[in-house]
Amino acid sequence: MSALRAAAGAASGTAGAAGGPPPADDPRVALLTTQLKKVRYRADALIDVLHAVQDIYGYLSPEVLTTVADALQLPPSRVLGVATFYHLFSFEARGDHTCTVCTGTACFVKGADALMAGVTEAYGVAQGATREDGSLSLLEARCIGSCGLAPVALIDGAVVAKATPDALIAAIRTAMEASESAEDAVREAAAGEGGAA
Amino acid sequence: MSGGVDLFDLAQKEREEQAVYRRTVLCCGSTACLSGGAQATQDAIRDVVAEKGLEQDVRLVATGCMGLCSRGPLVKVRSRGEDDVLYADVDADAGRRIAEQHLAAGQPVEERTLSLEHPFFARQVRVVLENMGEIDPNRIEDYIAHGGYRALRDAVSTMTPAGVIDVVQRSGLRGRGGGGYPAGSKWKLLNEAKSDQKTVIANGDEGDPGAYMDRTVMEDDPHRVLEGMAIAAYATGAIKGYIYVRAEYPVAVRRLEQAIRQAKRHKLLGKNLFGTDFSFDVEIRIGAGAFVCGEETALMASIMGQRGTPVLRPPYPTERGLWGHPSMINNVETLANVPTIMRRGADWFANIGTETSRGTKVFALAGKLENTGLIEVPMGITLREIIEEIGGGVAGAKAFKAAQTGGPSGGCIPLKHIDTPMDYDSLLALGSIMGSGGLIVMDEDVAMPDVARFFMRFCMDESCGKCLPCRAGTYEMYELLDALVTGRGTAATLVRLETLCEVVRTNSLCGLGQTAPNPVLSTLHYFRPEYEALLVPDGAHLAGLPGAHVAAAAESASAFADGSERSA
Repeated sequence: MSALRAAAGAASGTAGAAGGPPPADDPRVALLTTQLKKVRYRADALIDVLHAVQDIYGYLSPEVLTTVADALQLPPSRVLGVATFYHLFSFEARGDHTCTVCTGTACFVKGADALMAGVTEAYGVAQGATREDGSLSLLEARCIGSCGLAPVALIDGAVVAKATPDALIAAIRTAMEASESAEDAVREAAAGEGGAA
Repeated sequence: MSGGVDLFDLAQKEREEQAVYRRTVLCCGSTACLSGGAQATQDAIRDVVAEKGLEQDVRLVATGCMGLCSRGPLVKVRSRGEDDVLYADVDADAGRRIAEQHLAAGQPVEERTLSLEHPFFARQVRVVLENMGEIDPNRIEDYIAHGGYRALRDAVSTMTPAGVIDVVQRSGLRGRGGGGYPAGSKWKLLNEAKSDQKTVIANGDEGDPGAYMDRTVMEDDPHRVLEGMAIAAYATGAIKGYIYVRAEYPVAVRRLEQAIRQAKRHKLLGKNLFGTDFSFDVEIRIGAGAFVCGEETALMASIMGQRGTPVLRPPYPTERGLWGHPSMINNVETLANVPTIMRRGADWFANIGTETSRGTKVFALAGKLENTGLIEVPMGITLREIIEEIGGGVAGAKAFKAAQTGGPSGGCIPLKHIDTPMDYDSLLALGSIMGSGGLIVMDEDVAMPDVARFFMRFCMDESCGKCLPCRAGTYEMYELLDALVTGRGTAATLVRLETLCEVVRTNSLCGLGQTAPNPVLSTLHYFRPEYEALLVPDGAHLAGLPGAHVAAAAESASAFADGSERSA
């Protein structure tokens, strides 16, 4: 889903994620330019381009939207108008992990509310919001089309089928711990290299 | 034959290659089964096949949805000269056992099998889903070996466009997206439009929460959609096709992109198909989360990169569509019926179903049932047959209360109408609609005012905001429903709600607003006592609780409605 962002992140280290003007050699700019060329700067490809921006940057910032408007020769108002019309576009950075609870009809009938409430209580994060420490965003999806497995939730894009609040909370903990241990491994590796040098 | 590809050769070659294997293991690799661990199951089976050196003997295929999602992952073993054996709930361990016992030693693992005579399968008639669970959606060769693209070739090289339209009209195929407009008539309108820039659009913006028919078809049999579109294009004179897919369906987008590349490589899409002067190309457009984009004119606005707001019809898209040129929008399921209709004939198709609703309908069967999943049934089957036989009855010894069809635009069907045949007209008579095929079963534990509030919240969030009756009306109706559900509603609240339903239904610009009151009206019609039980005495709602402004707003809305009635 965010392969482009991962590629950009790998190339730029973690720089740029903290906000502020991107450096001129920000690899994400090149990625966006590639996407713009792919659609031949056609104004009717605006939604495609916005998807690419979200994929590359994680969210739509005013600066990038202005860049897009210039590139497609559209008024910024039109770009913002389209971007705000559609639910999938986000204007804020998401947390390191996302938990998306499906609130489609089948999931509603089978207790999606309890899932949402359970995560809110366990992690102190409101629906549609991101935790203050940036570790977790709690989102809702209209329907991911896995109604036979209702209720469902997605953790970083992976489906948790026939979910219960406890199972979902446990799955979030597992995802968070996995990334923590991955970070530890990176730190250890870095320390190891430092020691060797 | 002329043209770049000889389908007979390809199909023959593929069938010969498949016939080499003594056993074929069809593993459901659809989204539902994958989230249930189907990948681990496949890996386990593949490992055992490799360990035992059975690669020459056993072919392993990751197929599309087999239907019974609640019992996934599903695995079917097909052996030369034997009946198929279906396994349910196949986790990695079970997969290993099946490979060791059945594939290696020819002994089916009896306790894991599920009879194919099971009513869930036996009661279905498969037209749109005929390839599901049979072919590998990643391979065009498999689709062709199952008769794919033959209908397109025959249409293009032996039939006139008028002849194709005649078949579709005689088949009685109606739009599967909800409205039920005769497909052949729509095709005829585009055929008669004068332009060399016509387009056909496949509507895969399946926004109804609780429905995934189109997603499954696009993911698991993508070439069927392309073939249906190409036949429609030939019949109508269109040169270009767009498939509009929800962004929530990334797998469908990937599979369709791949299918388009494969079809182009085999010269089944592109210029001068089958050596004729018929040329046709398909492009995918991805939505970004807006229910209203299922509406034709909003969908076209979105394809053109704009806000997905609808415009008044007429002019209809067949007169003025994409970029001003005539366009035709068909639902994915409608188009997916076309190759089979062309191949098997209009009469064959018209023999399935009822007088006014021909053929089959795919339903996403969900909610509180024993068996949930994707089913295809002949039109006219009763709701009872679907729930009790295919669905295995309501889960957990609870009582059936109602089934919701048509999602936020539809209504509910209560127990007393459980013997209603499922066809366009019968459902309309009950105050519901066929809709796109979401069928959600609710048991006695579900409170109907809650359901109405759920759908109204959805409509409120999804209202595009262009016209006032829908933008403000859905908001006010939600507030009124919320007041009722949370014990702040009086008898007057209920009156205002009903009045507002009428205002929004009759004054909204597009289908979203016009149908938004349906879940309220229908639950009120059949379950009024539930609403009445929530009412509190007059004045209680003013005791420092919010909601007073809502009452005032509804008051003015009902005054508006009264006024318009008087003037009419």
